[in-house]
Amino acid sequence: MEIILNGEKREVKENIPLIDFLKELDLKPESVAVELNLNILNKKKYNETVLKDGDRLEVVHFVGGG
Amino acid sequence: MEESNDYLEIAGRKIKSRLMVGTGKYASFEETKEAIEQSGAEVVTVAVRRVNITDRSKENLLDYIDPKKYLILPNTAGCYSADEAVRTAMLAREAGVSDWVKLEVIGDEKTLFPDNVGLLEATKILVKEGFIVLPYTNDDPIMAKKLEEAGAATVMPLGAPIGSGLGIRNPYNIKIILQQAKVPIVVDAGVGTASDAAVAMELGADAVLMNTGIAGAKDPIKMAIAMNYAVKAGRLAYKAGRIPKKLYATASSPLEGVIE
Repeated sequence: MEIILNGEKREVKENIPLIDFLKELDLKPESVAVELNLNILNKKKYNETVLKDGDRLEVVHFVGGG
Repeated sequence: MEESNDYLEIAGRKIKSRLMVGTGKYASFEETKEAIEQSGAEVVTVAVRRVNITDRSKENLLDYIDPKKYLILPNTAGCYSADEAVRTAMLAREAGVSDWVKLEVIGDEKTLFPDNVGLLEATKILVKEGFIVLPYTNDDPIMAKKLEEAGAATVMPLGAPIGSGLGIRNPYNIKIILQQAKVPIVVDAGVGTASDAAVAMELGADAVLMNTGIAGAKDPIKMAIAMNYAVKAGRLAYKAGRIPKKLYATASSPLEGVIE
């Protein structure tokens, strides 16, 4: 199925749990923040959230800034 | 030399260093880490940005700037509306490191001056959501008062445009803001060299925040050390009570006993 990750279309496994998707991307859940369909996801929910077709994900982290 | 009880207090937290620094524009994470250490800063700003999915070097800024050692202050740089700033602040908080936010709502790309209308709106929303809000604003004393009344934990008037290195453009307004304020005032943006930081502190500012002034210097590590001294010197000079400015001279050496 297809989702939009950080503004770009991406093919992902059907019903993949978010936590597994983050692992696939080589991302540590503790160092990112996730917004799913404009809702900010509480970190405690990463385990139980499953991605669906057409989901829009924003995955951010801290970078250098003033 | 320093007074050990001259703490800055923001939202109940005691902070010893009156220099706050950003983490942008450095050549590398190692340089960022070294400069911050040499600056003596405890409060360090970071930006919130999309993870680069294709370029996945495993290194993360927070591998170099320890959130246990520093107070991480996420900013809402690049936000041009209250909605964007609030959304960014919420995301930053969910990253799990801090509920402090350096709130920026920018009005214009060229000057990066704040959109004070959006800033005030976002401040009210975020204060209600339990954030510790440090808004980046201009040197308008009326605006500073409104932000304070809206619950901002500090007010951060700019010295000059971000990255401009022009120093403290309007010390008179900053002085008025300082006289009226009931919260700490942090001069943020525009510091170009050590004397600019000292000037801000001599006016009575509670702290100074800078990024480009250090990161953009030819030798950032050396400049970080200079700024560390400058903020301390300016603060001590302020507390020491300077001499008044006079039009005419008053001799320093005695008038009697001159040979004739």
